[in-house]
Amino acid sequence: MKHYPIVLIAVVALVAFGVGACAGATVSTPTTSAQATAVPPPTTAPQPTAVTQPTTAPQPTAAPTQVAQATAAPTAAAGGPTAPPPTSVAAVAAGRLKTVLDRGNLICGINGQLAGFSVLESDGSYSGIDAEFCRALAGALFNDVSKVEYRPLTTQNRFAALQSGEVDVLMRNTTFTTNRDTAVGLDFLPTTFFDGGGILVEKSLNATKLSDLAGATICVLAGTTNEQVLTDTFNSQNIQFTPLTFPEANALYKALDEGRCDAATSDKSQLAGQRASVLKNPDDWVIMEETLSKEPLSPAVLQNDAQWADVVRWVVYATWYAEELGITKANVDDQLANGSTNAKRFLGGTGSLGKDMGLSPDAFYRVIKLVGNYGEIFDKTLGPNTKFKVPRGLNTPYTQGGLQYSPPFR
Amino acid sequence: MATQTQPRSEPLPPPVTEIGVIGWLRKNLFSTWYNALLTLIALYVVYAIVSGIWNLVTTADWDVITANIRLFMVGPYPADQTWRVQTSVAIFAFLVGASWAIWQGVARSAAILLGAVLLTSAVLPFAAGERVWFLASFAMLAAGFAVGHFTQARRVLVWAWLLSLPVIGILLYGVGGIPRVQTDQWGGLLLTLTLAIVGIAASFPLGVLLAVGRQSTYPVIRGFCIGYIELIRGVPLITVLFMMQIMLPLFLPEGMTVERAVRAMVGFTIFTAAYVAEIVRGGLQAIPRGQSEAARALGLNGPLTLLLIILPQALRATIPAMVGQFISLFKDTSLVAIVGLLDLARIANAAANQPEFLGHLTEVYVFIAAIYFVFAYAMSYGSRRLEKTLGVGER
Amino acid sequence: MASPPPPLSQSSVPFYRDVRVLRVLVQIAFVALVLLVGWFLWNNVVRGMARIGGAFSFAFLENAASFALSETSLPYDPATDSYLYAFFIGVLNTLRVVIVGIILATLLGLVAGIARLSSNWLIAKIAQVYVEIFRNTPLLIQLFFWYFVGILKLPRVRDSIEIPGGIYLSNRGLAVPWFTPNETFTAWLVIAGAGILAAFGVYKLLGRVEKPFIYEWRGGWAFLVWLAIALAAAVALQPFTPSVPEIRGFNFGGGVTLSPEYAALLLGLVVYTGAFIAEIVRAGIQAVPRGMVEAARALGLSYIQTLRLVVIPLALRVIIPPLTNQYLNLSKNSSLAIAVGYADLFYVSNTIFNQTGQTLQVILMIMVAYLIISLIISTAMNGLNARFKLVER
Repeated sequence: MKHYPIVLIAVVALVAFGVGACAGATVSTPTTSAQATAVPPPTTAPQPTAVTQPTTAPQPTAAPTQVAQATAAPTAAAGGPTAPPPTSVAAVAAGRLKTVLDRGNLICGINGQLAGFSVLESDGSYSGIDAEFCRALAGALFNDVSKVEYRPLTTQNRFAALQSGEVDVLMRNTTFTTNRDTAVGLDFLPTTFFDGGGILVEKSLNATKLSDLAGATICVLAGTTNEQVLTDTFNSQNIQFTPLTFPEANALYKALDEGRCDAATSDKSQLAGQRASVLKNPDDWVIMEETLSKEPLSPAVLQNDAQWADVVRWVVYATWYAEELGITKANVDDQLANGSTNAKRFLGGTGSLGKDMGLSPDAFYRVIKLVGNYGEIFDKTLGPNTKFKVPRGLNTPYTQGGLQYSPPFR
Repeated sequence: MATQTQPRSEPLPPPVTEIGVIGWLRKNLFSTWYNALLTLIALYVVYAIVSGIWNLVTTADWDVITANIRLFMVGPYPADQTWRVQTSVAIFAFLVGASWAIWQGVARSAAILLGAVLLTSAVLPFAAGERVWFLASFAMLAAGFAVGHFTQARRVLVWAWLLSLPVIGILLYGVGGIPRVQTDQWGGLLLTLTLAIVGIAASFPLGVLLAVGRQSTYPVIRGFCIGYIELIRGVPLITVLFMMQIMLPLFLPEGMTVERAVRAMVGFTIFTAAYVAEIVRGGLQAIPRGQSEAARALGLNGPLTLLLIILPQALRATIPAMVGQFISLFKDTSLVAIVGLLDLARIANAAANQPEFLGHLTEVYVFIAAIYFVFAYAMSYGSRRLEKTLGVGER
Repeated sequence: MASPPPPLSQSSVPFYRDVRVLRVLVQIAFVALVLLVGWFLWNNVVRGMARIGGAFSFAFLENAASFALSETSLPYDPATDSYLYAFFIGVLNTLRVVIVGIILATLLGLVAGIARLSSNWLIAKIAQVYVEIFRNTPLLIQLFFWYFVGILKLPRVRDSIEIPGGIYLSNRGLAVPWFTPNETFTAWLVIAGAGILAAFGVYKLLGRVEKPFIYEWRGGWAFLVWLAIALAAAVALQPFTPSVPEIRGFNFGGGVTLSPEYAALLLGLVVYTGAFIAEIVRAGIQAVPRGMVEAARALGLSYIQTLRLVVIPLALRVIIPPLTNQYLNLSKNSSLAIAVGYADLFYVSNTIFNQTGQTLQVILMIMVAYLIISLIISTAMNGLNARFKLVER
């Protein structure tokens, strides 16, 4: 008899602890992604909507009244800060999209330490191209670019954060690879930045080819594709080198700057960004011509949520398409009113592209109005007017020889 | 022999070499030749360190701190919601002020420290709004003192302290009409303190339970507690934190996500509880058997004996070790920087990485080290005072 | 009590109030609860792993690691060596820092602890300030500080500080001359081994000599014998080729280099743990009653003898248990290597699970590795403690 109350206390405490842990947790509705492989789909699975969606989609017979409403909507929305209620959309939002719309903000997984891509500013906001794409998404979803919650993630926990549903989308300079697409359980969306692995060295070393770096110490971020590429490339060419890995970019470029290593390898854009922002004498450093690898940096969402993936996909395409059509932040209102048929359809003046996606009709108009087309985003964050001066390289519309080929918006 | 002839006279003053500055120097610094040598070497070391610090203070550019003070204090907590943090500090200042008036002792030191920090901050070149707020908080401190002084409401104050934590927590997190700010948006000192306070508050009861369980006569429960304690004490904290960040989502049902800061709190709790349990066990073992036998003889049953007789004595004896463990926990909150939370340490790195403040690592590290030091030192000082007040080791 | 209590029978106490039954029931309930929670968690893990397309298996450990390590104690080739081997290299790196760290931290702690009790005011104050500052700030910040503000600010490799004797100090580390074994090395090893046996014989032999000068220092004499044999063999056989550091290409070649990451981690751990050990040493010495020392002096023991025969054995009794804790802390804190990029057990494992996605398995391996290290340290220290324990007569 002596100890049973203690046990009672222990049990109560255990239970209380469990309840406490659950109370601190937020239970969200299971997303479509949940029913990936092993788990039997619950009966409330939202697939039916995904099936019915195509049947509602090809009915572009917009009644005149509907058009009037649709054209009225953007102008109204542009003025007012609140988004139209989600009930007004054509396709019923489900899965992650519903979760996001219900929650009222977008949780965006970012790097947070990488100048030009996403970096924490003194006022607590984030700047950079990845952060801009988060804002573009929030614009399409809520007509308010401030409705983003940024979650800085490390290379180590970025995939876990997506897998657990902690973030809605990963905008964290992540390379699109087969392994990550399949084994890690992600879905990658159009590449926001076509990059290539490069090497940053001091000019005074006069290194032009890889063999010039024989015996050098090379800094690389742990857990990146660059780390594997570095080992593979140098080993296959039989070049001796000493790697020095760091878990974080901050530490890495500091070590490079102090001369702890002779060179650093990473994506070329990152090298350019860090050279301009973190190294004391940027002019003493040069990025070698050689490209070690392809690094398509792409947004990622959790596997098997087609509707949510569509939203992210077409928001990225929208920034490309707008640049192709010459629609900018400045002329978007004009284009909506007097632009070509394509432009009007794209911006939601006619048709129901946005609605069919589960968003408001003017979703893409908002993206351009609030954030701008790809060229504008690029110029603002990485382009020649910034201190990074990253060349656009392959990140130009296909009409200019780049890789940005947006499918038609129709 | 002169002293013998005048036995009643005043004793001669001791020689000048034994008293005053010279005597002190002789006694404490130059008593033997090697002591003198050591003193000279030590003096040189002190000179080198002091001149180094002087160099640092004069050449350092503290703009990196002032420009990022918001980040250091609250991290990415929404700017338009900062008033909630400020209100919390004001509430805290008020309570500290009242405690000074009522309890004296440790509270007095805490109040003086807080007041000094607030006043200094008000003088430093912060934005005008922030300086006004510092002054307002100081005013609250004074108001608290006045209220406490005239009312002397001890019981009310105890309740106010107990209530203040949940109230501040709710205020910061947001419930009902106040917009919610998830802990993932918290950062800097705010996050560091939150992690520490929650960790302490949660690990203490869990640790006591584990300690009692370890002494249990039920072999299964004892075995479980021993296993838990030894397993956790055998692995590094960073493993537990990583596990919480990366693995916890796997352990939870689908669709259920826990905020990352909460996950870190769970990690700290799990980890610290094992250490607290060992400390409490030490305390329990130090209680003579006669105490529990006497209690039983008086008719108290098992749990009552434990709650009323054993634990109070055991816990009193463990105060120094316990506070030491909590100081450890407070310092270890910096490890969340490695798993990507925006605590003080990570904010420091982020600030030193801003283009305009490159290479100002020394300043940010010294700044946050000073913050950690003040809190940790205050805790150990408080513990020593408390020990004295309670007469630990004297009864 | 007028009448004697009725004799207890099985039926008079219902089973739900029977202590023996209750004891069993409570324990069964507890086990059931633990199993239930465990099953719930395990089930979630299996589902979660299935969701992201993995299964619980350790087969991945045999795959080629394909990531390079900056510091290896044994030869390591990422193209062919397995993840398991990489993990093992990480364990060795951890041991390297833990063992050296424990020795140096003990020395520093001893010095600082004694300094705190010094009659020299200045020395005592300096020791106190050292202890307070390093005990009350986080180790992580100290590591950042040592690495980024301390070691990386040393001159670059081209402008290395040259210390006489072929030693170079730069932010690539400390390069010192070293020896590389050549073909006669094995023969020398055999002779040196035989030397140990000879020295042991000398030790035993001297144990019978009753002259205190010889008897008390017999360990030293035996060591000298061994040293003489080993040196003579070394001169005769030339088993080592000296290797002097020099700049070759980008880095120092030849000699051995103490890497900055290792140095920073070691420095951080030693200085941090040393502060804690100093406090333990101080408490230990203060715990020795004054009367003991006075009695020893009165018996005619010299100051050194008093220290060696009375104070230290008594103080060690108080010191060893908390010291064990500090050693364990040091070994666990070595996992902060990740902050300065030293390839220890934790950092290597981190890369492994990051590459393979087999988080659960790797975390289990990390835990087991640290548990074993902790176990070794506490076993060794318990053995030491047993030697100094008070033998009650």
